Amino acid sequence: MNTSIILRRLRTFVAGAALVALAGCAGTDTLRGSGDLGLIIERATGSIQIIETTGRTQLATVKGLGDLSHASAVYSRDGRFAYLFGRDGGLTKVDMLKAKIVKRVMQSGNSIGGAISQDGRLIAVSNYKPGGVKVFDAGTLDLVADIPAIDADGNRSKVVGLVDAPGQRFVFSLYDSGEIWMADFSAGGAPALRKFPDIGTLPYDGLITPDGRYYAAGLFGEDGIALLDLWNVDAGVKRILDGYGRGEQPLPVYKMPHLEGWASAGGALFLPAVGRHEILVVEKESWRELGRIPVHGQPVFAVARPDGRQVWVNFAHPRNDVVQVIDTQSRKVIHSMKPGKAILHMEFTPRGEQVFVSIRDADKVDVYDTRTFDRLTTLDARKPSGIFLTARANRIGL
Amino acid sequence: MNGLARIERRAGLRAAWTGLALLALAVPAVAAAVAESAPTPARQTELIYLLKQDCGSCHGLTLKGGLAPPLLPATIAERDDETLIETILDGRPGTPMPPWRFQIAPQEAAWLVQQLRQGVHAE
Repeated sequence: MNTSIILRRLRTFVAGAALVALAGCAGTDTLRGSGDLGLIIERATGSIQIIETTGRTQLATVKGLGDLSHASAVYSRDGRFAYLFGRDGGLTKVDMLKAKIVKRVMQSGNSIGGAISQDGRLIAVSNYKPGGVKVFDAGTLDLVADIPAIDADGNRSKVVGLVDAPGQRFVFSLYDSGEIWMADFSAGGAPALRKFPDIGTLPYDGLITPDGRYYAAGLFGEDGIALLDLWNVDAGVKRILDGYGRGEQPLPVYKMPHLEGWASAGGALFLPAVGRHEILVVEKESWRELGRIPVHGQPVFAVARPDGRQVWVNFAHPRNDVVQVIDTQSRKVIHSMKPGKAILHMEFTPRGEQVFVSIRDADKVDVYDTRTFDRLTTLDARKPSGIFLTARANRIGL
Repeated sequence: MNGLARIERRAGLRAAWTGLALLALAVPAVAAAVAESAPTPARQTELIYLLKQDCGSCHGLTLKGGLAPPLLPATIAERDDETLIETILDGRPGTPMPPWRFQIAPQEAAWLVQQLRQGVHAE
């Protein structure tokens, strides 16, 4: 009896002390903004790490996010909330400041990515199974619209390359049926759908240029890219860059390239070639090929430093232990490094002085100075993949 | 009746004996073949890692499917071993499935197919 009372008192005391400690943490001296925050996906454990890029430290781990084997995230416009899209169809809203899950819904069987609307009120998720796009209220995660990706023949398609576009629109591609669809939510209520069929075979990813004008879908089954000018949608989809794709003798591809973060610099775009050990240099607006830069392997990401002076490239299996840096003026590889096996993603700080590089098999994220290429620090992370900084909140298409 | 039953019993017994003898012959042969072709434990770990992480980039880390179809026991049940092994080694032309022969030996592909049939679980 006595012991139990003592224990109870002790427990009350400990709880009280903990509360005081928490209150101390939440005091004015620890108020902080969200502009230098970010998250690292830990793909095998279904968790994320919240990081900050000023001191380059890890702030917290958030668990319970399901299957994050191919996950991505977008941010609310104030940079406080992250919306995570998991492989298992989970959509999770995470409070970056409190390091807590606010809400989680299982919205499909198998999803791949998502986008946030121009006004920040809608979250769209692209799904493989059942194929289509679901749109949610960003505040409550209540379903707002369901757009099944069913083609004219009644077949359902996986959806890839979902982006937000100016004018409260979402644009995405239908992998199986080869179409680009545009869902316009500007009128409020149900979206106005516009479909562009016959864009080519197997679009595997899509991107929107940083100015929000062009939507491009890479084609896996054909040699080229399908391009939609969002300022002149009546002109329809045209084909550009024949020779961009896999070529007449298709090369095996060990990881689908990602088109996100198409590097743009000095009137040129730098894109990963499909299957070839090359980066393609393409003239903006004319979409004419200017040249090719030989690189270490099949490129997966080609990401421009925010000032456009450098493009950082990572590669597909089995040559995925190297990162190369291209100088966009000379269009040459100026630096190569070998930070470890399975480099999956690279993310620049908004002004480009640092880059965060995830190295899956080494269970770490390296941070580099982009001017000197010195390693600034290493963060421990379990099987890290995508790295997403809150600065994305302020960029079209991210 | 009694005679018939005895004959039947004897026939059954003979069949059982033949079966056992065949089994005795067959079991060591199969076991030897598997033992001979099974990758070393270290290589098995590598192959499972490759399966989850790299095959998983299209088929899903949990092999439940992504841009590529799922590789769960039920979903591959209708395909025979030969087709599956050939797909791993030489890819499937006309689809994004690439050949893996440069990294995976035929007996390793056969072992992977066995694992897929049993179900490979993400830890």
